[in-house]
Amino acid sequence: MTIDTVKAAKKSSKQEQPYTELGLKDDEYERIRQILGRRPTSSELTMYSVMWSEHCSYKSSKIHLKQFADKAPKTDALLVGIGENAGVVDAGEGWAVTFKIESHNHPSFVEPYQGAATGVGGIVRDILTMGARPVAVMDSLRFGKADAHDTGRLLPGVVAGVGGYGNCLGLPNIGGEVFFDESYAGNPLVNALCVGVMRTDAIKLASAKGKGNKVILFGAKTGRDGIGGVSVLASATFEDGDAKRPSVQVGDPFAEKVLIECCLEIFAADLVTGIQDLGGAGLSCATTELASAGDGGMRIDLDRVPLREASMAPEEVLASESQERMCAIVEPGKVDAFLEVCRKWDVLATVIGEVTNTGRLQIYWNGDQIVDVPPRTVAHEGPVYERPIQKPPEQDAYVRHDGSKLPRPRTGDELRDTLLKVMASPNIADKSWVTDQYDRYVLGNTVLAQPEDAGMVRLSEDTNRGVAISTDGNGRYTLLDPYVGAQLALAEAYRNVATTGARPLAVTNCLNFGSPEDPGVMWQFSEAVRGLADGCQQLGIPVTGGNVSFYNQTGHSSILPTPVIGVLGVIDDVTRRTPHAFRTDGAHIYLLGDTRDEFGGSEWMDVVHGFVGGKPPAVDLERERLLADVLVDASRDGMIDSAHDLADAGLAAALVESCLHGHAGARVAVPDGVDPFVFLFAESAGRAIVTVPRSEEARFTELCAARGLPHTSIGIVDLLSADLELQDDFSVSLAELRAAWSTPLRTLFDA
Amino acid sequence: MGVVTFPGSLDDRDAARAVRVAGGEAVPLWHGDSTLSEVDAVILPGGFSYGDYLRAGAIARFAPVMEAIVKAAKDGLPVLGICNGFQVLCESHLLPGALIRNDHRKFVCRDQRLIVENASTHWTAGYQKGQEIVVPIKNGEGGYVADEHVLDMLEAEGRVVARYTDGNPNGSLRDIAGITNEAGNVVGLMPHPEHAVEALTGSGTDGLGFFSWMSGK
Repeated sequence: MTIDTVKAAKKSSKQEQPYTELGLKDDEYERIRQILGRRPTSSELTMYSVMWSEHCSYKSSKIHLKQFADKAPKTDALLVGIGENAGVVDAGEGWAVTFKIESHNHPSFVEPYQGAATGVGGIVRDILTMGARPVAVMDSLRFGKADAHDTGRLLPGVVAGVGGYGNCLGLPNIGGEVFFDESYAGNPLVNALCVGVMRTDAIKLASAKGKGNKVILFGAKTGRDGIGGVSVLASATFEDGDAKRPSVQVGDPFAEKVLIECCLEIFAADLVTGIQDLGGAGLSCATTELASAGDGGMRIDLDRVPLREASMAPEEVLASESQERMCAIVEPGKVDAFLEVCRKWDVLATVIGEVTNTGRLQIYWNGDQIVDVPPRTVAHEGPVYERPIQKPPEQDAYVRHDGSKLPRPRTGDELRDTLLKVMASPNIADKSWVTDQYDRYVLGNTVLAQPEDAGMVRLSEDTNRGVAISTDGNGRYTLLDPYVGAQLALAEAYRNVATTGARPLAVTNCLNFGSPEDPGVMWQFSEAVRGLADGCQQLGIPVTGGNVSFYNQTGHSSILPTPVIGVLGVIDDVTRRTPHAFRTDGAHIYLLGDTRDEFGGSEWMDVVHGFVGGKPPAVDLERERLLADVLVDASRDGMIDSAHDLADAGLAAALVESCLHGHAGARVAVPDGVDPFVFLFAESAGRAIVTVPRSEEARFTELCAARGLPHTSIGIVDLLSADLELQDDFSVSLAELRAAWSTPLRTLFDA
Repeated sequence: MGVVTFPGSLDDRDAARAVRVAGGEAVPLWHGDSTLSEVDAVILPGGFSYGDYLRAGAIARFAPVMEAIVKAAKDGLPVLGICNGFQVLCESHLLPGALIRNDHRKFVCRDQRLIVENASTHWTAGYQKGQEIVVPIKNGEGGYVADEHVLDMLEAEGRVVARYTDGNPNGSLRDIAGITNEAGNVVGLMPHPEHAVEALTGSGTDGLGFFSWMSGK
């Protein structure tokens, strides 16, 4: 094997290099030559190509994402903002929480189990890197039509992968989403979220500071798996899945579990000055990011990296995305103690280099220098594109053909049939086929989990403080109007958190879109980012981090533009949380907010008419804020004993879920002058139902009236009844509803 | 009460908390320990000991701490194995039979109704025979199997500690959820009573009895 050294590169400046195959454009390659004043070595070329990939460099999205910082609202809640591995939120009383969501879409299509499993593993390491103990995960999944043949391959594999990895790590899965739409058929979305907890003084940052400090690589050995994952899989449109299988990483959750415990013991003993996980772009990313954020210089002896296959070339070692690896910066005096903890957990740890003050990242292979670069040029000063943006012509057609003429159910029987049909649609139906495969109890702090509106965990067993998280994203709304669609996703996640009684504080996002080289997709993307940044500013909750996933398309056909938004909230006392099941006999059901004739992008239109069109529901963030305030205050003061957000399939779905989960009947009356169909199925935003015990009714209605929140008494919970009754229109037994709602996914995927 | 941590144990913290909630003292035991720190009882918690790549519990039985536990169990020390711990007890031959992949081949997590069949072991003395309780179950390899002869013997000797009711979640033969040894000091249980000690974070408090017998004595 000939090693291409810096010395050789200086001598043979004209040598042809395979930069196109590595995904670099002509002008990008030229820039690398300018930066270095010579041709790059093959190792340098590898590092630039993976780090300048769309996935790592955000070259198409950067100019748009800037808005999250520019428009960031003032807040005291943020301890670490955007730019680190994950943002950190002040949870009060010395507690800090960190959370982030990330995509693993293309790997999951190629290899559903491993793709999804390593998606969970990667995001958990991001959280661990901040110094936090990971305490829960969530997964936001999207597939093609539920009855499509390939969904039968992908969904069970993805769910088993998410479960297999998370369950083995001992992390409760507390919620998420499963959504089906034809557009995801050749490109499913697998977005994984993790949340971690630490004391505020224990936050760790990814920086390599202090000349002479040692660089220690620890965890699994480095192998040939996942080479070029970020450039091959994540940064191009994607046709031949089988040929790309070697680019998918393979996960070992047991190794990660041990690595977590080992890291937490290392953190507790204060043995590191900086730490970074190895994810996308492996060592190329970890070394350049650590060096950029620190003193700027680092020397690495790459041949010291423990390998699974001895024949690996240095380029492969630099690009490998082998899982379950971390890189730490350790003072020389603490190296022995560090290695001792690793030995206790049987974790392999190797000193591979040290921090220098040269301002350059210099990498050696058996004594030959193979890399000599300014690290910032690799990690942060990659290309930035202002991609062409153009509103697609079909956009106006959505408004013209808004579906307002589609026949609507009128009679009681028609409404009843529609209700059963909508409840049995895979998007609304019971998801326990999925969630029963996830451990939700482990760690003993899960207060709320799926199917609640948001997941909630207690921070530790010696406090009642907790966090609630929800992820939401409606691709149909975003297709019809990306600006409003992104805000609706934000509003729904925000509302879901407030519904459980927690105060929303911070946002993470995973922006799943088609090819940035398509001006129509870039229009969707730029509108969605603008909507989200404006929305966060208005709601006063900052974006703390996230991830962009482009090239989600099959041939020329893109997925529904899908910003998945995660909102995190804090609750002072988890014993005051509000679940969504009806549970008190005689409690009054109140509908909060305004219901309008809004059906654009609705579940009803899709299920009954197979039609997507019109405008998405109007978004009013001031109203969302008011609603959240009332939900949080009413929960804290014990005025409500259940609350459920209204979203897909509107009031109908919320009523049925609250009845079924509470094993409680209900009698509901349509308010005077309201159309029963609109009442049940409209998807107007800014709404929730709550139940108010009789003793609290006066206080609760006074609270709503004083704050100016519309509130309508619409019915009563009847624990002895086995029916959901819509007075004067229809009655349907809970048994019939349960059969319709709980069987679809089982029937489809148990086959 | 000692709670063993193997590399890959997951519910060790939960088991320790359950002991504390029940008024007892939890003593952490490490898989590499060869003594038991003079504990009065031992819990082998759930999880995936050593990754369980060979077969659940197959490696854990060779841990130094297991040598001490096997010896003490034969001398009458109360031992409770939960989920993976049940598998370790079977692999260590403290209990007969084995646990195999769930019949539906999927991991399952749900609140499960059980009937306590034997209320005279150390661990189940807080229950009535025939009492129904709800305890979470979460396993991928929870199907209890043994040959007919062993199953008949367990039934005849009253050594089935708990049985699934309202649906068998994993294909266990004769709906067996837990068994005991002849002396009644060693109990293996597939469901997780440590996740049913606090209404806030578990399925309820039906599992407390498994942990309160010692402090209640």
